[in-house]
Amino acid sequence: MSTALKKERKFERPPRGGMSTMVEAIRAGIWEEMERDPTVFLIGEDVGVYGGAFKVTEGIIDHFGKERVVDTPISEAAIVGAACGAALMGMKPVAEFQFIDFISCGFDLLTNYAAKCRYRWGANIPAVFRGPCGSGVRSGPFHSLNAESFFLNTAGLKIVEPATAYDAKGLIKAAIRDPDPVLYFEHKKLYRLPRLREELPEDDYIVEIGKARTARAGRDVSIITFGAQVLTALDAAEELEKEGLDIEVIDLRTLAPLDKESILASVKKTSRVLILHEASLTGGIGGEISAIISQEAFEWLDAPVVRVASIDTPVPYSPPLEDYYLPQVNDVVEAARKLAAY
Amino acid sequence: MAEEKRENRKGPRRRRPAFEMRISTKYAPRKVAEGQPLSCISDTSLKHDQLLELYRYLKLTRLVEERIVNLYRQTKVVGGVYRSLGQEATAVGSAYALRPDDFITPIIRDLGAVFVKGIRPREIFAQYMAKAWGPSGGKDLNVHFGYMEKGFLGPISHLGDMIPVMTGILLGARMQKKDIVGLAYIGDGGASTGAFYEGMNFAAVQRLPLIVIVESNHYAYSTPTSMQTAVRNLAEKAAAFGIPGYIVDGNDVIACYEVTSQAIKHARAGHGTVLIEAKTYRRKGHAEHDDQRYVPEGEIEYWEKQNDPIDRFERFLVDQKVATKEKLDAITADVMREINEDSDWAESSPMPEPETAVYGVFDNSIVPPAFRPKVLES
Repeated sequence: MSTALKKERKFERPPRGGMSTMVEAIRAGIWEEMERDPTVFLIGEDVGVYGGAFKVTEGIIDHFGKERVVDTPISEAAIVGAACGAALMGMKPVAEFQFIDFISCGFDLLTNYAAKCRYRWGANIPAVFRGPCGSGVRSGPFHSLNAESFFLNTAGLKIVEPATAYDAKGLIKAAIRDPDPVLYFEHKKLYRLPRLREELPEDDYIVEIGKARTARAGRDVSIITFGAQVLTALDAAEELEKEGLDIEVIDLRTLAPLDKESILASVKKTSRVLILHEASLTGGIGGEISAIISQEAFEWLDAPVVRVASIDTPVPYSPPLEDYYLPQVNDVVEAARKLAAY
Repeated sequence: MAEEKRENRKGPRRRRPAFEMRISTKYAPRKVAEGQPLSCISDTSLKHDQLLELYRYLKLTRLVEERIVNLYRQTKVVGGVYRSLGQEATAVGSAYALRPDDFITPIIRDLGAVFVKGIRPREIFAQYMAKAWGPSGGKDLNVHFGYMEKGFLGPISHLGDMIPVMTGILLGARMQKKDIVGLAYIGDGGASTGAFYEGMNFAAVQRLPLIVIVESNHYAYSTPTSMQTAVRNLAEKAAAFGIPGYIVDGNDVIACYEVTSQAIKHARAGHGTVLIEAKTYRRKGHAEHDDQRYVPEGEIEYWEKQNDPIDRFERFLVDQKVATKEKLDAITADVMREINEDSDWAESSPMPEPETAVYGVFDNSIVPPAFRPKVLES
């Protein structure tokens, strides 16, 4: 039997800059960091020849070889643990979870080991743990998770989630260069979304971890959100503009540590806040943000802080159920309308 | 301290394992003379009508999957499609050795075992199409559901997790004085998870009647078994748990039935857990979208032409004069009739009502359903 692989494909080095989808932006970011720093390497399930379940790492093994692209058994605990060990040795692992749902299998090592090393004995773990998160793609309860809340209450883990191709590239590069463990969540619905294609600069840039961005400036209501829900918020803002409401959309980009300054600046500007996220409402990041606002900007508020999120159920599979589960543009429009009229 | 304690202890010596640790290769794949086509082993206690029932399950599995692919191409299937093409014999043959009250927990490549357990094709079609009449009412997909009364425990996507769960099923059954065995399936990839090891170890130390079938089908998604484990035969992992291991030709439905029967006998006699490695081959990708670029040229064609489990079994049935080709065709026609009827039924099901998403997180007589809270309603 010949050992030649079925389909010979040659992947070119991604161009610097140019029109990019989010998935191309992430790949280019990883690629450039691997070129820049020989200690950067990839580790995960099917990340090599197959290029990852969503092809984020496609072609990287052809260029950098299997020394730097490590295919693993189905063993998330081993992936996280090995990434921690290699990071302690001075390497910079970029570990992939095939779906972020499987991060639960590496939970112990992430929350107990990776998160606590620097605090306990001063040893930092400069590792990135990335993978596709998010619902809305009819994947059911085990391939649709938004996992940020599982980790927000663990000190020692940074969490980022981009909503644009530009940020995706800038944040993956920043995460790889960061001296501490970073969870990098990629919403799978955004990977190849034509709406997110944009021209990226040719020069080397990063997006600083811990900094939110104003996705849309406005005066009447602030919608604070991140990830795929930034698009929901922008669509709702456009809808509300027809009614004369001027909506501001804050894209958090980093969930831990939160950019309190930007959140509070927007609150002080509009005095009405809607927090929107895709994970279930109860115990979600919205509660934390709301608490920060009421504690630090109470006098500036003209209305209660409002949260819109997915309902408190697992992510259901069937389209009508999943659509009901997720916050829709209409839910945001209605809530923002009431907030403005309060 | 610990050392001293151990020396001072004068307890009874631990029981030695009832069986010597060994790997049984009695049912392992065998070489045949060049040019001689593969059939099935003929040393079996199965009667003719049972053999034909096995044949029906094999055809049912393959043809249901083919129908699902058709529905997928018509965009009627909502999520991904996962095939067991080329490895149907493992699931069908092994599950057929169980009694009705025994339990199985399949993985995605064990649709055949699900049918043997009495789940109907219509339920699977409805699940794939995310319909209201499916057993999960559209909340989950494919074989991700369960029927405790039928001894069918659907899996979750997190591989390995069902091994400890099945261990608990058997622990509970033992406490309830129920004489059942549990059959859990796992892949060569799933056998790399921590949950698999913890579950196996616990079942073994408790001597629970758990039979685990590792379907060694060459690939876990794109990862070849050689990148998954350093053992040559996954059955060798039995040594780590102190339990017997078997290797079986996973494409010989009779061998799969016989080896499982033997394991069940061992388990029912109170000797504990058994690991069976079924050597087989996954001819399709992980799911329909997978282009199988990682597969060496000619490999799939080899298995398709030389080692198809249904071809082998048909050859056996005709050669052993169990049935004529016409008889087998009549069975296939009957299978098609059932599939047409069931797929029509599933297609006629409505999609679930959106609000049904809110029910069933908890007992809703105690905790109200999870409706989205109204915002700023005074």
